[in-house]
Amino acid sequence: MSAPGVTDRNTITIERAFDIEGRSLWTDARRRLVKNKAALTSIIVLSIIALMAIAVPFVWPYGYADIDYGNIACAPDWWPGVDVTCRAGGYHIFGMDQNGRDLFIRVLYGARVSLAVGVVATLVSLLIGVTYGAVAGFVGGRLDELMMRFVDVLYSLPFIFFVIILMVVFNQNFFLLFVAIGAVEWLTMARIVRGQTLSIKQKEFIEAARAAGVGTFANIRHHVIPNVLGPVVVYVTLTIPTVILAESFLSFLGLGVQDPLTSWGVLIADGKDHMETAPWMLIFPALFMAVTLFCFNFIGDGLRDALDPKDR
Amino acid sequence: MSEPILQIRDFNVLFETHDHEVHAVKNLNFDIGEGECVGIVGESGSGKSQLFLGALGLLTSNGRATGSVKYRGKELLGLPQRALNKVRGSKITMIFQDPLTALTPHMTIGAQMMEALRTHQHVPHAEAHKRCLEILDLVRMPEAQNRMGQYPHELSGGMRQRIMIAMATVCGPDLLIADEPTTALDVTVQAQILEIMRDLKKELKTAIVLISHDMGVIAGMADKVQVMRLGEVVESGSTDKVFYAPEHDYTKALLDAMPRIDRPMRAGHAILQPLSTIGAEQRLLDVEDLKVYFPIKTGGFLVSRTKPLRAVDGVSFSLRQGETLGIVGESGCGKSTLARAVMKLIDKTDGAVVWCGRDLGDLQGPQVRALRKEFQIVFQDPLASLDPRMTIGQSIAEPLVSLHPEMSRAEVQDEVRAMMKRVGLEPGWINRYPHEFSGGQNQRVGIARAMILKPKLIVCDEAVSALDVSIQSQIVDLILNLQAEFGMSMIFISHDLSVVRQVAHRVMVLYLGRIVELADRNSIYEDPRHPYTRALIAAVPVPDPKAERGKNHTSGLGELPSPLDSRAQLSFLKSRMIDNPDAEQYRPKLMEIAPGHYVAEHDPA
Repeated sequence: MSAPGVTDRNTITIERAFDIEGRSLWTDARRRLVKNKAALTSIIVLSIIALMAIAVPFVWPYGYADIDYGNIACAPDWWPGVDVTCRAGGYHIFGMDQNGRDLFIRVLYGARVSLAVGVVATLVSLLIGVTYGAVAGFVGGRLDELMMRFVDVLYSLPFIFFVIILMVVFNQNFFLLFVAIGAVEWLTMARIVRGQTLSIKQKEFIEAARAAGVGTFANIRHHVIPNVLGPVVVYVTLTIPTVILAESFLSFLGLGVQDPLTSWGVLIADGKDHMETAPWMLIFPALFMAVTLFCFNFIGDGLRDALDPKDR
Repeated sequence: MSEPILQIRDFNVLFETHDHEVHAVKNLNFDIGEGECVGIVGESGSGKSQLFLGALGLLTSNGRATGSVKYRGKELLGLPQRALNKVRGSKITMIFQDPLTALTPHMTIGAQMMEALRTHQHVPHAEAHKRCLEILDLVRMPEAQNRMGQYPHELSGGMRQRIMIAMATVCGPDLLIADEPTTALDVTVQAQILEIMRDLKKELKTAIVLISHDMGVIAGMADKVQVMRLGEVVESGSTDKVFYAPEHDYTKALLDAMPRIDRPMRAGHAILQPLSTIGAEQRLLDVEDLKVYFPIKTGGFLVSRTKPLRAVDGVSFSLRQGETLGIVGESGCGKSTLARAVMKLIDKTDGAVVWCGRDLGDLQGPQVRALRKEFQIVFQDPLASLDPRMTIGQSIAEPLVSLHPEMSRAEVQDEVRAMMKRVGLEPGWINRYPHEFSGGQNQRVGIARAMILKPKLIVCDEAVSALDVSIQSQIVDLILNLQAEFGMSMIFISHDLSVVRQVAHRVMVLYLGRIVELADRNSIYEDPRHPYTRALIAAVPVPDPKAERGKNHTSGLGELPSPLDSRAQLSFLKSRMIDNPDAEQYRPKLMEIAPGHYVAEHDPA
């Protein structure tokens, strides 16, 4: 048996055909998630919104910046109210905004921006937060102390002032939005990951890996991060709506996306000005945003149950 | 026998799970009479705990019980909670394995005990207090008066278990159900707890149901025994009959699987290779005066004051090629710390570790990693020591991948498959995950991972302690066979002296970080010299009812003192002790009383 790899090679090749595919914890979690009706519905609804935001602008007859002066703030044809000034006709199914632009396409463009900010800013925070937290937690000691105090300092910066100053100094720049929001959101992520890492570090399999000669960073990559991913994924699905809200809040204040580009926050801000005369301008963007946030929260909830069935 | 106290007929326990229904207890009958002690033996999953949880209406929400459970002729099953509570906790009480989780952490001991008494018997405060003190005396609680005001976390495991027994007996129950009451405790403490239960039975005439996986514990306590397997009783009868003339194959297998401290070599089991046949005189490892101290914070504001906890305090030994050194001792004696310091998994404070003539003291990062090829470790908890997100194949391959980066993926796979086969795992399971396997199978994975590099030294840290006896004996056989085949040295750490007797050439007994006795296995078990070694050996229960009954169970050992107290190490050499917890104390020296038999200095008994 000194060189088992050579002697048994033929039998081993034959055996390989009969390998049993194991059920990983992720497979189990996916199965449980699919069984959860609320989460599954949310995933479907969210996918539809995302697909629409991506695909529909290519085929829709109106652009998001096309102005139709004859149809300013007109209601859609099917609007049940009787005291509207005009009806838009054509394919303007959501009506027109205060500048005579098609509201449907603007809501979808808003979805593009809001979802993009949500996803990208969250990914940025995920990348920084997970690395930062895992290193701080795993290395521990003085480095951990130093890194986490830095996080505390950043936490104490007032977010809104921070963004306003950024916007003023660098002019209003779309990418700054990502940076600004991501820079704040990763802090919480880092804390969560560090906490999880501290508890995973105590597990025997980490010591087993060290005994097997696995170095510090390989250990973090192969053992710590995959095991903190569960709570992280849950937190991500709950961060995306927070980011979308933050973006719409900034846009609502006029600090976010600039005309003619739009986001749900901008649309809602415009809508509230015409709430009495053209309520559809508020209702549609608000509805889309509410449904999206709702879906994300449901998915987050479903994921938590799926990943950690004992904690229910 | 007159009317039984508890009569169980056609009893079933079923659990509804996601996939299917689990039939945990099947058509079971059980009787216990006044003042009797019935032992229930079985391995994990045999339904022995669920039987009584079900009978007392304590099942989890997805379980249900059918059949009949009569307490003194009164049907308990299907009784409403309030009526059930009158019996439960007063006439029939339970104690559990883990005394910490069974006690409420934010209530004092006294308050918890009196609560039981006052809800069930409505006695006034002063009298309840007096009764509690009496009971605490009965369970031999030292300083009972002070203990009443303490919280559970302030007490040691053994003390907590005494409190549990006291709480269970304070209302004067007819029947005490003890579910693995001593499994989490050290042997000497276990002996004390069993002694207390024996007294209760004698003095209060309480009937006891003793649920245990340990045949030794049952042998010394029970009048009758029931052996359970997969929810059914496979054999029942008087203790002597079950132990000396077992009829069912499973009972025989269970008895055979028990490691026996009195019989190290048994037919049908793998046998330790005698050192002479290995022939190697080469010294592999020399440990000289190894010390590992941990700083423990003892208060202080801003600038914290610390005191060293001497986990390992001046241990020296050597290990030859192919030899197995057993390290025994109770929890907190530093046996795991010692092994980890030798393997450089934790930093030593002082002393030297010499591996094949090379001092490991100054090795840094990459050199230490290279060294890992030569020694590996097997852990206690098989599931916790495997990464749940990795397939077992990936786990086994890990040492190869990290220390032999030149090997191709196919080569690694082949090695892993071959090793899986060698340790008794189906190679086709390579892509499965740890949670799909049993404890014994996972421990085989752990062993495969340790063996894959063909190391020269393997440390087994309580490697078989968490397993059922039948699995334990298979794993012990596997380890012995692997050693015979690959000729590695081993450090075998265990609190179970019987297992160590079976696998180790030499045995080292640790007490609070110091060696108290070191000798080859036969001398240490047949001719122990140090009082601590003697007490340890005497405390090990033997699955032999007659021997157990004849034993004098009072060990004379108290609780393990705090290792922070510098006087603690001199428990057996009181004549040299300076009575000040912070003073620098005399260290007992090791004396060679016979060739290879070392004993620490101690006061004559």
